[in-house]
Amino acid sequence: MPDTLLYAIEVSLNGLMAGIMYALVALGFVLIFKASGIFNYAQGVLALFAALTLVGLQNGQIPFAHLINAVFGTSLHGFGWTLPAVVAIALTALVMVGLAWAIERLVLKHLVNQEPIILFMATIGLAYFLEGLGDVMWGADIKKLDVGLPQGINEAIDNATFNWFGYGFFIDNLDIVAACVAAALVLSLTLFSQYTKYGRALRAVADDHQAALSVGISLRFIWVLVWSIAGFVALVAGIMWGSKSGVQFSLSLIALKALPVLMLGGFTSIPGAIVGGLIIGMGEKLFEFFAGPMIGGATENWFAYVLALLFLVFRPQGLFGERIIERV
Amino acid sequence: MLYREAGDFKTSYVKDSQTFPIKADRMAYFALLAVAFLVVPFIINDYWANAVAVPFLIYAIAAIGLNILTGYCGQVSLGTGGFMAVGAYACYKLMTGFPEMPMLLNVLLAGGITAGVGVLFGLPSLRIKGFYLAVATLAAQFFLVWLFNKVPWFYNYSASGQITAPERTMFGIAVTGANTPAWAKYLFCLVILVALAWLARNLTRGMVGRKWMAIRDMDIAAEIIGVNPLTTKLSAFAISSFFIGVSGALFFAVYLGAAEVGEAFGINKSFLVLFMIIIGGLGSMFGSFAGAAFLVLLPVLLKNLLVGGLGWPTDLAAHIELMIVGGLIITFLILEPHGLAQLWRVAKEKLRLWPFPH
Repeated sequence: MPDTLLYAIEVSLNGLMAGIMYALVALGFVLIFKASGIFNYAQGVLALFAALTLVGLQNGQIPFAHLINAVFGTSLHGFGWTLPAVVAIALTALVMVGLAWAIERLVLKHLVNQEPIILFMATIGLAYFLEGLGDVMWGADIKKLDVGLPQGINEAIDNATFNWFGYGFFIDNLDIVAACVAAALVLSLTLFSQYTKYGRALRAVADDHQAALSVGISLRFIWVLVWSIAGFVALVAGIMWGSKSGVQFSLSLIALKALPVLMLGGFTSIPGAIVGGLIIGMGEKLFEFFAGPMIGGATENWFAYVLALLFLVFRPQGLFGERIIERV
Repeated sequence: MLYREAGDFKTSYVKDSQTFPIKADRMAYFALLAVAFLVVPFIINDYWANAVAVPFLIYAIAAIGLNILTGYCGQVSLGTGGFMAVGAYACYKLMTGFPEMPMLLNVLLAGGITAGVGVLFGLPSLRIKGFYLAVATLAAQFFLVWLFNKVPWFYNYSASGQITAPERTMFGIAVTGANTPAWAKYLFCLVILVALAWLARNLTRGMVGRKWMAIRDMDIAAEIIGVNPLTTKLSAFAISSFFIGVSGALFFAVYLGAAEVGEAFGINKSFLVLFMIIIGGLGSMFGSFAGAAFLVLLPVLLKNLLVGGLGWPTDLAAHIELMIVGGLIITFLILEPHGLAQLWRVAKEKLRLWPFPH
């Protein structure tokens, strides 16, 4: 096989893996959009916040240490213990549930029946707030996140492809784990929404708020539930991205990439989020590979958005989205 | 007792439809203009010009621009930073390409170029609506910033990739470059702002503005009563981008002096201007000014308070500021979705009746 083709295959495989990472963030968006019609801009920052909290708990950092030091002139840094990863993850999940409850209580409850665009802007405000809160709580420096996930080149794939084509493919172990986790997540979310009582309630709310209310489903509970699930998905995404590139502010920018993924897949479709992620991930890597060197590189910054834009002109509801019907 | 419309009789249609129908409002407006033009330039110093006055004037232009698009025409845009960058780079190319051109012409031409780019990125708005459009404008934001980073022609092949404003004059007085006096910067921005605000105010209460608002309130219904969505949406994009381009040109040439595109015109700039019009009030001229003033003053105040007053480290103050801005946005949306402009309206309403309760 010619070398370019081999490279292209490798690049597209890596693109697929990157796409799964985008899809992980996009999943959280879809969940919230389906259940409450809120376009949750803060999803990326939720992932950042979850990852920051996880690292902080794991390393036994004292929350708000920086602030306390500044106010009282102390020099606190940490409790001096390190938690095992599993405990820290469980605690972070609890924090995310608490956060979901607080968001419902303090923000969403007061914005019921507002226009969607107002809710969207409220989540932008929420994103800023959480970003500031995360930094004040745990400090803004770049942190290393290690929860024991395998990293580095996958030897098996490298060897196998080397034997077949005479060229070893570089696939990161972490990406493979991410792919498995994403698959498990989608599977369990689907099972949850199909076969459990709360899952059914969730789908009912997604279908029609008022009808769901009239058969006795508590909207507020469902909202807390769905934001908790979104928080959990954000935690998973935060772990993956954090292990890959460190926990830092740019995490929330990467999460912005989930937006074109969503537009491509449609806001209301979980499979759409995955497929959109794969298309965007592969598309931007291949474009960078073929066209990047000609036009100066770093095309990954904008390719996803432009692709989604062009795509939307032809299909405004995305690949799997529900058809938009407008009436006067 | 002072703020009354009683006794202020209108004897012609022109008088009846003026911008400030109440006499006290008119007086306040002219008094404000007089202070801004005749008093402030004589007392302004470098600190006040650079920290407060000039950024306020420039952001007010940007906020008016975005308010035309988002507040009046209902098309949410997250590409403001990108369009400001177009204005800045267009201005830079004009300044360096035609050294004899007066600065005002440069700025206006830069605005015109931005309007063209705005129309181009506004085209999808005919198919895409709501959130989808908001995300689609992100394409403009990221693509434009990338473009100005990667194509050396735009920054005249300078080694650092930065653009630096050379000295240009109006009536023999420098308005850009290192030797600009504070009052010249201030006055230059003020003149442009007043002219553009006057233009925007009159556009929004005329036929064009009513078409925009019809599209905002319900586009299909507007189409049925004969508003052409193509020309209406694109005119909103063009005029909004013109304003934003002018503000970008001023931001780079007068305020910053030297700019690096990713830093000066990144996605955060888009959000900052969006926040200004949310806090100020969507679809309100006063709101654009109030929001710009609020978000320009807030960091200055917080910095003075937290860093200067309490002696906290700068980075901590910056994070607290993020929290406060985010919290304020949410609070405003919950308590008063129409922003500071609505508070102002309510206050005026109360003032008209004062001291009586009803």
